[in-house]
Amino acid sequence: MKKEKMHSAKTKRFINNTIVHTVLGILAVVWVFPIVWVILTSFRAEKGSYVSTFLPQSCTLDNYIKLFTDTTILDFPKMFTNTLVIAIFSCILSTFYVLAASYCLSRLRFKMRKPYMNMAMILGLFPGFMSMIAVYFILKALGMTEGNLIKVALVLVYSGGAALGFQIAKGFFDTIPFAVDEAALLDGCTRWQIFTKITLPLSKPIVIYTTLTAFMGLWLDFIFAKVICRANSDQYTIAIGLWKMLEKEYIDSWYTCFAAGAVLISIPIAALFLYMQRYYVDGLSGAVKG
Amino acid sequence: MGIFKKRVNEFPTSYTCARAMREGGKETKLSMLVMGLGNMVHGQFVKGFLFLAIEVAYVVFMIVNGAGFLAMLPSLGSVPQEEIWDEAQQIYVYTKGDQSILILLYGVATILLTLLMVYAWRGSLKSAYKAECLAKAGKHVNSFVEDVKSLFDENLQKLLMTPPMFFIGAFTILPLIFMICMAFTNYSKIDNHLMLFDWVGLDNFKALFDSSSILGSTFWSVLGWTLVWAFFATFSNYIAGMIISLMINRKGTRAKGFWRFCFVLSCAVPMFVSLLIMRTMLQPEGAINVLLRNLGFIAADQSLPFFTDPTWARVTVIVINIWVGVPYTLLQLTGVLQNIQEELYEAARVDGANAVQIFFKITLPYMLYVTTPYLITTFTGNVNNFNVIYLLSGGDPVTDLSSTAGKTDLLVTWLYKLTIDKQYYNIGAVIGILTFVILAAGALITYRNSKSYKEEGGF
Repeated sequence: MKKEKMHSAKTKRFINNTIVHTVLGILAVVWVFPIVWVILTSFRAEKGSYVSTFLPQSCTLDNYIKLFTDTTILDFPKMFTNTLVIAIFSCILSTFYVLAASYCLSRLRFKMRKPYMNMAMILGLFPGFMSMIAVYFILKALGMTEGNLIKVALVLVYSGGAALGFQIAKGFFDTIPFAVDEAALLDGCTRWQIFTKITLPLSKPIVIYTTLTAFMGLWLDFIFAKVICRANSDQYTIAIGLWKMLEKEYIDSWYTCFAAGAVLISIPIAALFLYMQRYYVDGLSGAVKG
Repeated sequence: MGIFKKRVNEFPTSYTCARAMREGGKETKLSMLVMGLGNMVHGQFVKGFLFLAIEVAYVVFMIVNGAGFLAMLPSLGSVPQEEIWDEAQQIYVYTKGDQSILILLYGVATILLTLLMVYAWRGSLKSAYKAECLAKAGKHVNSFVEDVKSLFDENLQKLLMTPPMFFIGAFTILPLIFMICMAFTNYSKIDNHLMLFDWVGLDNFKALFDSSSILGSTFWSVLGWTLVWAFFATFSNYIAGMIISLMINRKGTRAKGFWRFCFVLSCAVPMFVSLLIMRTMLQPEGAINVLLRNLGFIAADQSLPFFTDPTWARVTVIVINIWVGVPYTLLQLTGVLQNIQEELYEAARVDGANAVQIFFKITLPYMLYVTTPYLITTFTGNVNNFNVIYLLSGGDPVTDLSSTAGKTDLLVTWLYKLTIDKQYYNIGAVIGILTFVILAAGALITYRNSKSYKEEGGF
């Protein structure tokens, strides 16, 4: 009697496990499928945007070669260096802003602290593009919408609002015991020294996380870049370039190159992302728990 | 109800502006006119000089430019651009007319500068009074070097917060005020008001709320779809992410790392790339339809109307959003899910609850309780979710040709179309403001009722 019950519980567990694994398997295929398809397309030898077969008939590396050699219409290498330069500078600036603001809000008590946090929340509720046009007019009034100054403009715009996204870093700083700061103060440290010599080294994960998100932001966003660059095609970033390749006039000859470009920029981003995955989880669960 | 709770000043100081005006000495009162005078009298030459320099710079700016900008603000300019025949060069040249947009921009910037000036003025008055009090009491008055040093210690926030604040002011607050002003003008392509425009008060709001006009009816339908979209997009991701996370992390599941990797891989691909890929795959001649045809599910000349039929398009964007969003939800919720105490589950199992009951009676209530702020942020993010809609469907299909919005357009994508494509800047600004009002009202109500607000009280 008892043995039978044990047995049925075992089969039940086995059935449950099988169901769960099958469902997970199907879902995993659904999630991985588009990525596999892009990689396949990037090696496809047949030109044109839409073909009647799902799998490529013959494979080639030409798409990758064209991406780097055919610079007459869409200059991919140039876009790449543009994006890299802008990303590096805006990454440095926004990392500084975010860490500085988070440190102040977490560790120091001053009059503007709560007003600042409320302001950040309110500003977050406005649709981002609402101010986009206005930002363009401001940059135009400053004469920064022509030539290489566009790069400076993009750096300023991308890093400008960074300090409003202090929540995750602040959540992390909050977890460092205040006793450490107090001990340092008693030993005669200034608050600047506490920030640079104690808090930052203790929060390496969040510093890396902030840096990487700031660095990746530019590779992923294209709306702002598009509005600010307008027709200055020599200042385009990668995101605009890829988007352009799918426009009606280019799609036929550039479609497979788009796939190649997408694969190329996904590799570093994916590597960075997988690397910082654990910080992502830590930072966020810290922030959610308050 | 807490909103109007009397503010308790956490940072009491005896050096306030009111006291400086009432009790300050001659030099302090004079520094209301000549900023920095009080500091100079008490030996703080550099500080006093800096205050004076700020005042001089402001006054010079106001005389040269600022006053003009402010004077133009009420009328927004009236000189139209004209074409004049230039005899000498034998060509038509354009005279420089007024550009209302620049007048508005400079006007708003001048007002912001003036507010900054008031802040500096108050600062100088307080500082002069403080120096006077300290000198009277025979205490030490800080020298400039000591002031700079204090920036690295007890006043560190001033040093660290000023640069971010400056850029937030220049690239977030100023543009926002500027756009809010536009909502009250007739700056649009209609009647050719792109160069010169005027204040029109609340006319734009009236036009949008008038449900008998095309604009009004479009607004209500777009608003309705935006809310439906935000609701489904938020909760479908939330629940699907939770279920998948529970499935991966349950005891019996093998190769947890592999499953997690499969899902996270798709979020490692830049979002705009995966969205563009999805869009091309779902076109009438795209990969999905080709695959279905090859497998024989649909006839060779048929294709599923993913983005051409309104209902199909709406369901498609929500489903694709699950594909895009679930990996992120998975990453974010796994940690919180693992915080649920195992005893709760065990007790439920002993009482004979099955997996579905456990999910709805224990997991979901607990998660809703803990992650309210996260849900609010996600909901807000979805109302403002420009990328998914713009890159996937572009707001299509447009069924009513007279309206400016398609069937899957959200308020934000409609805002984008109205401003960038149609150049109806004023209506775009009104929509932006209304989006904000809706979100702010919703966020405020939920925040105030949520556990996190009551406990933390930070917001």
